[in-house]
Amino acid sequence: MEASMRMLPALLLPEIIVFIGALAVLLGGSFMPRRRQWIARIMAALALLGATAAAIFAMVEPAQTAFSGTFAVDTATGMARIVTAVATLLVLGVASGEIAASPRESDTYALLLFAATGVMVLAGATDLLVLIAGFLLASIPLYGIVGLAGGWSGAEAALKTYLMGALSGILLMLGVTVLYALAGGTDYALLGETLPDAPNAAVGAGVLGVLAGLLFKAGGVPFHFWVPDASQGTGGAAATFLTTVPKVGALVAVYRLVDTVSTGEDTLLFVAAILATASMFLGNLAAYWQTDPRRLLGWSTVAQVGFLLVPVAAAGRSGLALPSLLFYLAAYAVTNVAAFAVTAALPQHRELVAYRGLVRARPGLALALLVALLGLVGTPPLAVFVGKLTTATAAWDGGHGWLALAVMLNSLLSLFYYLRWFAPVFAHPRQGAMGFPKPGGAAAWPGATAGIAAAASLALGLLAGPLWAALEGPLAM
Amino acid sequence: MSMLSLIVFLPLAVAAVLAAAPAIGPTAGRWIWVSVCAAELVLVGIVWAGYEDPGPNGLAFEEQVPWIPGVNSSYHVGVDGLSLPLLAMTAVVFLACSVYALRDTDRTRVQAALFLFLQGVSLGVFVAADLILFFVFFDLSIVGMYFVIAGWGHGNAARSALKFFLYTFLGSLALLLGFIGLYVAAEPHTFDIPELVAAAPLEGSALTGGLVLAAILVGLAVKTPTVPFHTWLPPAHTDAPAIGSAVLAGVLLKMGTYGFVRIAMPMLPDAWRAWAWVIVVIGIISVLYGAFVALAQTDLKRMIAYTSVNHMGYIVLALGAVGLIAENAAQARSVAVTGAMVQMVSHGLITAALFLLAGVMQDRSGTYDMGSYGGLAAPAPRYAALFAVGAFASLGLPGFSGFIAEFQVFAGSIALAPVTAVALLGILVTAALFLRALQRVFTGPAEGRSPGFADLRPRELWSVGPLLGLSLLIGVLPRFLLEVIEPAASALATLVRS
Repeated sequence: MEASMRMLPALLLPEIIVFIGALAVLLGGSFMPRRRQWIARIMAALALLGATAAAIFAMVEPAQTAFSGTFAVDTATGMARIVTAVATLLVLGVASGEIAASPRESDTYALLLFAATGVMVLAGATDLLVLIAGFLLASIPLYGIVGLAGGWSGAEAALKTYLMGALSGILLMLGVTVLYALAGGTDYALLGETLPDAPNAAVGAGVLGVLAGLLFKAGGVPFHFWVPDASQGTGGAAATFLTTVPKVGALVAVYRLVDTVSTGEDTLLFVAAILATASMFLGNLAAYWQTDPRRLLGWSTVAQVGFLLVPVAAAGRSGLALPSLLFYLAAYAVTNVAAFAVTAALPQHRELVAYRGLVRARPGLALALLVALLGLVGTPPLAVFVGKLTTATAAWDGGHGWLALAVMLNSLLSLFYYLRWFAPVFAHPRQGAMGFPKPGGAAAWPGATAGIAAAASLALGLLAGPLWAALEGPLAM
Repeated sequence: MSMLSLIVFLPLAVAAVLAAAPAIGPTAGRWIWVSVCAAELVLVGIVWAGYEDPGPNGLAFEEQVPWIPGVNSSYHVGVDGLSLPLLAMTAVVFLACSVYALRDTDRTRVQAALFLFLQGVSLGVFVAADLILFFVFFDLSIVGMYFVIAGWGHGNAARSALKFFLYTFLGSLALLLGFIGLYVAAEPHTFDIPELVAAAPLEGSALTGGLVLAAILVGLAVKTPTVPFHTWLPPAHTDAPAIGSAVLAGVLLKMGTYGFVRIAMPMLPDAWRAWAWVIVVIGIISVLYGAFVALAQTDLKRMIAYTSVNHMGYIVLALGAVGLIAENAAQARSVAVTGAMVQMVSHGLITAALFLLAGVMQDRSGTYDMGSYGGLAAPAPRYAALFAVGAFASLGLPGFSGFIAEFQVFAGSIALAPVTAVALLGILVTAALFLRALQRVFTGPAEGRSPGFADLRPRELWSVGPLLGLSLLIGVLPRFLLEVIEPAASALATLVRS
């Protein structure tokens, strides 16, 4: 107890680095001429690299808590920090081609870093009040990022995201209030001790409120409505970020909460299983007839949240649950970034049919897209396959065999719409079609990012063993 | 790196190089392809020469490297009497296809890369001794074949490829679900095939065992395919290129039946016995349905495709019969499994040959419609002769491998359950349909598209000829094959019901 009562700010080094990086980019960017804003980009990248290094060093240390037990520095936090930082770094790669030398370049970078800090706080929070702080820090910059993409569609997407975020934020705080009243405190250790004796209905209402806020961040059913609109309406880099990074923090937070509250109580696990199933089916079915690749991907990320919620239903029941969730998060992040980066490399191609014949014009880009989409389906040996395999196994091991069946069914459902996209890519190009831009130019950055992310998706799958060994650590409370 | 890893990864590595190097010209690409296939055959020959039976549940040329230790999954490979013949058959079929494609001009380099990829993953399926490794290769074979059909097919290729992908992907997911069920049931949890066979994890739990077997059976039945999961097969075959069809029928279908003997039977013997009658009935229906529907076809390639449903039905029938109750039937069970294994090899060789011959038809005159030909023997005597040999081999004429296979299938099955004799009707119908096809296409005066039909070219002769020659060799001197299969077959039969 003695150690946990201390502040230990050094334990939050990754968060601090990213936050200071964001401030530096924001202030520095104001003084930089528009043509020199790449300096801000480099500062942001350095902050993220520093945070990654600090997070890796922190993972070598044994798990502990900081700030009087309100923030856990354990395997889950470590992994969430690394995935957040690396994914944000990849988003910078996408952004480099898209918003370089635009009036809002450095502002966007600053907002990305602030949001990334919030996501990291969300992942490590073991206190409901810290959770609220993380939620707000991750959400408010997000509205700005969505809106900065400009144009009427960006404004509409920002408004929708904001309204949804405000509503779910209120529900989150309402839930926290109820749980605080029931437990007499907000830290998870106390919640785990006192809530089993509290009235079930009240606990359920409180937990559902908190889950509502986190599901908005994750973009899961029933708080997913902003995801397809925002991915379609905003810019490529913003869409990549908001469908990838917030999920990391939100899902680790969901896992922590469910794991804390569900001791000796199966109802909550069942609720998680239902939420997972709903997200999977709704996301997959809604993606079916989409013709805009980014909207299709937006719905596909809703379905992916469902897959990511599957191990939550086995929290505390299967030793595989937490490592499989963390692995899937890393796998999902690189794979999803690869898919979005391809769309950012072809900003004019906003119809699936426009991708026809891509393999002849841009074989590298076509290959990255193929790896990304097959990866999202769950084709071995790509990383998401290992994620799907282990999460489904965890669900069955945790007593929800039917959930494993739902995972398989949904993988099959998803294949159909991914095929609608990549089948034309390999078909003969049609006469009089739009054609594809030559490699190089502004689109070189997102193109290269897509390649790197796709390669990472393959490498994570092949090297799953060593990574898995690093993920097997319990939660700290 | 062990011998088997070399066999699996050599084609994959060359495929990667071919795909990544546009500087390699079409001619070089073709010859690299043929030489890698030849090298593979030599390597498999070396394994065959050095093979000694490893005993029940043992593996020869074994190699194991941890992959995902968290879920006890490893890169574990090895061969036994059930997998080695299929390994050899796969190497032969792919070599034949590479020779057949020596004159192809459509994106040759990419085609060579794709087929080498397909060869690597197909060989991987047959050497895998870990369920996840098996699944990795199994699933990748589907992806590879999708691109073969979609990229080099004709007719309504895109649609057929889509149907193939969705349907067989359904099968592979059902399979994966079954694998997870086995993993969760085993103590300690593992995906390792020999360990699971030794543990027989769902022994005694009828409900879970039945459900897991059902998932695995659905997965394998789609791939095999058996009635009622066969509907993807005819369009896929009709629209696939000749070498694609040969690989699909010759090699990929075997992954389904191989899964029965490698996974379903030894790991779930209890459930297999409980459901044996259902499997036997599905086998009989596949035999008869495949034969009768094939009889009704006017499209030659579709007809051969349906005979595959019929031929795979014999395998399912024999393996189902192994699980039935019968007195003093150890010998009969062993014979049935041996027959099923020989049928896998035999069907691979013969059907690949027939599909390549059908490809010649498409190549020359652009149609498989048997009504468009007549008297083809006059302009193309060598073609007619090889086709006749293939047809007779396929209908199970003594002297060919099909006879050895079907004789043992029926000798074993009828001894175990006399009612399986109704499937003999399938042989009769197959004989009738092949004879009718021969008569319609090759005899009489040359008419329709027959006049001017160029006879077999050397590369066609040298791809189809050896396949049929091997079938003849197995038919006349089966010992070299049976000696490898029999110990493993009798061990499996004992495992299922001793």
